[in-house]
Amino acid sequence: MDFFIVQILTGLSNAAALFLVASGLSIIFGVTRVVNFSHGSFYMLGAFIAYSLMTVLPGFIGFWASILLAGVAVGVIGLIVELGVLRPIYKSPELFQLVATFGVILVIQDLALLIWGPDDLIGQRAPGFEGVVKIGDQLLPSYDLVLIFLSFLVLGGLWFLFNKTRVGILVRAATQDREMVGALGVNQSWLFSGVFFLGSALAGIGGAAQLPKGGADLLMDFNILAPVFVVVVIGGMGSIPGAFVAALLISELNVFGVQFLPQSTLVLMFVVMAVVLIFRPWGLFGRPEIVGSHGSQGPPEAPLRAFSGRLWLALAAAVIALTAVPFFGGTFLQVLLADVIIACLFATSLHFILGLGGLVSFGHAATFGGGAYAAALLVQFSGASMELAMLFAPFAAGLLALVIGWFCVRLSGVYFAMLTLAFAQVVWSVAFQWGEVTGGDDGILGIWPSAWASGTTAYYYLVLTVGLSGIATLLFMAYTPFGYALRGGRDSALRSEAIGINVRLVQWSAFIFAGFMSGLAGALFVFAKGSIFPTELEIARSFDALIIVFLGGVQSLFGPLAGGVVFTLLQDWLSRFEYWRLFLGLMIIGIVILLPNGLVGVGQWLRGRFGGPSNKLEEAQEEAG
Amino acid sequence: MLELERINTFYGRAHILHDLSLSVSDGEVVALLGRNGAGKSTTLKSIMRLVGAQSGRITYGGQDITALPAHRIAKLGMGYVPEERRIFTDLTILENLEVGRQPPRQGAPDWTPEKLFELFPNLEERRNNLGGAMSGGEQQMLTIARTLMGNPKFLLLDEPSEGLAPVIVEQVAFTIRELKKLGLTILLSEQNLHFAKLVADRAYIIERGAVQYDGTIEELERDEAVRNAYLSV
Ligand SMILES: Nc1ncnc2c1ncn2[C@@H]1O[C@H](COP(=O)(O)OP(=O)(O)OP(=O)(O)O)[C@@H](O)[C@H]1O
Ligand SMILES: [Mg+2]
Repeated sequence: MDFFIVQILTGLSNAAALFLVASGLSIIFGVTRVVNFSHGSFYMLGAFIAYSLMTVLPGFIGFWASILLAGVAVGVIGLIVELGVLRPIYKSPELFQLVATFGVILVIQDLALLIWGPDDLIGQRAPGFEGVVKIGDQLLPSYDLVLIFLSFLVLGGLWFLFNKTRVGILVRAATQDREMVGALGVNQSWLFSGVFFLGSALAGIGGAAQLPKGGADLLMDFNILAPVFVVVVIGGMGSIPGAFVAALLISELNVFGVQFLPQSTLVLMFVVMAVVLIFRPWGLFGRPEIVGSHGSQGPPEAPLRAFSGRLWLALAAAVIALTAVPFFGGTFLQVLLADVIIACLFATSLHFILGLGGLVSFGHAATFGGGAYAAALLVQFSGASMELAMLFAPFAAGLLALVIGWFCVRLSGVYFAMLTLAFAQVVWSVAFQWGEVTGGDDGILGIWPSAWASGTTAYYYLVLTVGLSGIATLLFMAYTPFGYALRGGRDSALRSEAIGINVRLVQWSAFIFAGFMSGLAGALFVFAKGSIFPTELEIARSFDALIIVFLGGVQSLFGPLAGGVVFTLLQDWLSRFEYWRLFLGLMIIGIVILLPNGLVGVGQWLRGRFGGPSNKLEEAQEEAG
Repeated sequence: MLELERINTFYGRAHILHDLSLSVSDGEVVALLGRNGAGKSTTLKSIMRLVGAQSGRITYGGQDITALPAHRIAKLGMGYVPEERRIFTDLTILENLEVGRQPPRQGAPDWTPEKLFELFPNLEERRNNLGGAMSGGEQQMLTIARTLMGNPKFLLLDEPSEGLAPVIVEQVAFTIRELKKLGLTILLSEQNLHFAKLVADRAYIIERGAVQYDGTIEELERDEAVRNAYLSV
């Protein structure tokens, strides 16, 4: 009995940080409709800043002042992000905002590395709460009780704020209809900045308060992100009580999971999420989102153009040039180009669902790494040949996409994005935790191509053939009735349903197909490198694909190719610098704000500017938009 | 007091208002009549800049408000009551009123929830009920009351009688006349000529986004040809 009480209390105290971070995310989303992917970074900053403050502010008062001040500092940082990064793009499509906040993650990661160094920091104990309390024959750190108290304090404080103060009432009203709030004379900019400050401060306090328990390290940002998304998805986006209940649920589950199923703690919470979503797609306390109710759909896209003769010529020239590379380029160039082609295939498969289907997946690495692992495992455990493994991998990835997609296509917009990210984390955690099979953190080594394909040039040709075929298939699919149906579902789900298209089924099939192709890219990757590690399943890998698609321009079929080339070369070059994430992050933010149509958009703009008749319709539309 | 000069408004590529001009003088109640889809709501939304006019000029009290954001226009004493009512369904009646509250304004009545409950007695006993739990008539009262909490001098009312039972329509008409007595200037959109006759001094008829007729209510009453051409009976 005492054991259970202590377990429950431990769960409650673990829930504190999760609740603070998740409620902050929820509040920000409610008003601004932005899912702040950098929210985990705010949590991390809270821990680091509090750590530094505690070294200068001693004693009991210093400890608590540090936590509070860390919250304020992170709130101010959130405010800076809101004003500098998000304010210019509130009217842009959701994807732009998500990508911009990802840029913020990169920037904060490197700034934290720069300021606090690479080592994990151990948090100071809370003065007065260093000991343990005895509950029956069980022991509980007394600081756990403090954290439990803190989460109830915050819950009560938020309840008071939202129900008893004018600002809180305005925030609730704006969560429902912010335009109407504006028409009643309330300056929304203040509300937006206000909730960003509050939400970020909560994340900061969450990070600071868990310092005595968990310390501060550079992985905190991504580590908290998946559980936080799980919490808001289970609780319902925008609901504070939902965040509280879900944070509790997840934490208790973890605590008891460790006792009874120690190998599956990470997977467990996703199972709960999946179950909740089957019965309540909008979470326990959430409500259905009205599609397009917040005007972030972006302008309608121009229809696909048929390939012109000039384009065919250019493509043929590109293929010939790539084929000729081994005759003049060295090993280095061939390896680099193989990487480029793999990245292009990976990104094109994402573009298929994202650009054509409007499904913004933040977990595309699941199928890439999934395919790679499938191939590696087959080789490892059955000694299969490369050919067989490469054939097997896309099907395995497609099967994975089938399962993930079944849950995800039921949702749309940011919910879809969060859910795909969360599922990708499940796959990651399986690879990470299931050491006996996947090798865990050590990965799987020694996965080399068959003899005939083992030279650099031979493998380059293999990648060229398979990769380009994959890309060509994806592009071709855009022009089939299936591709049209997919685009139709993106532009107007209602109208598509009306003409007899089962939009969800089309989206699900597209998701599976994209997963299949992404798995193929993963298989090419694993034999190119000879090894596979859980990093290929990480959030960062999913973002690589997103950034490529984004860099190239979402609205262009060839965007992922242009983006893939530029991104891979850029990464190759940037990774020589210690703080390359900082540059990349700043660049992403800059592109989002300044070049919303990507590289291909720049090309079109140049063409429109310096040649060819200008498109009057588009201009009129731009003015109207 | 309010002047629209040749405004043009688009939704995306759809050109809705074509060189639309109208004016409302201090203390007047003016009705904007026209069939479904004529552009009445779009006109009111353009004034409030909930949808931006592409060209033309809108002045209010001598000030150019064409490019001001909605909240600034509201702060100048312009109250907007949307056609869809847009009650905050998760908020109580009192909280809905609180969202609309603005500081007192010179030259405009100074509203409090208590004074509004005198004007709309049905709301009083339900003050702590959620906005979402009210009938259509009560929601219409609440949306007007909520806007009045901003102490406006000028009121934009989008189809205030739409979908209401006859008794409630009478009540809304009474309210509008009361507001006029208190010195408010009102521009309202209507499909229902009968209702417009109850409250308005003057009327514009809009058809396909342009003004087709402009005159006093009495003139319009006499002009059967115009009525038949532009208003559904
Ligand atoms: N958000 C929108 N997007 C695109 N078109 C719109 C939008 N709102 C209105 N329209 C179109 O603009 C035109 C004018 O609409 P508006 O709502 O101003 O008409 P109305 O006179 O208020 O009609 P009603 O009496 O039905 O309220 C209509 O053809 C309508 O279809
Ligand atoms: Mg209307």
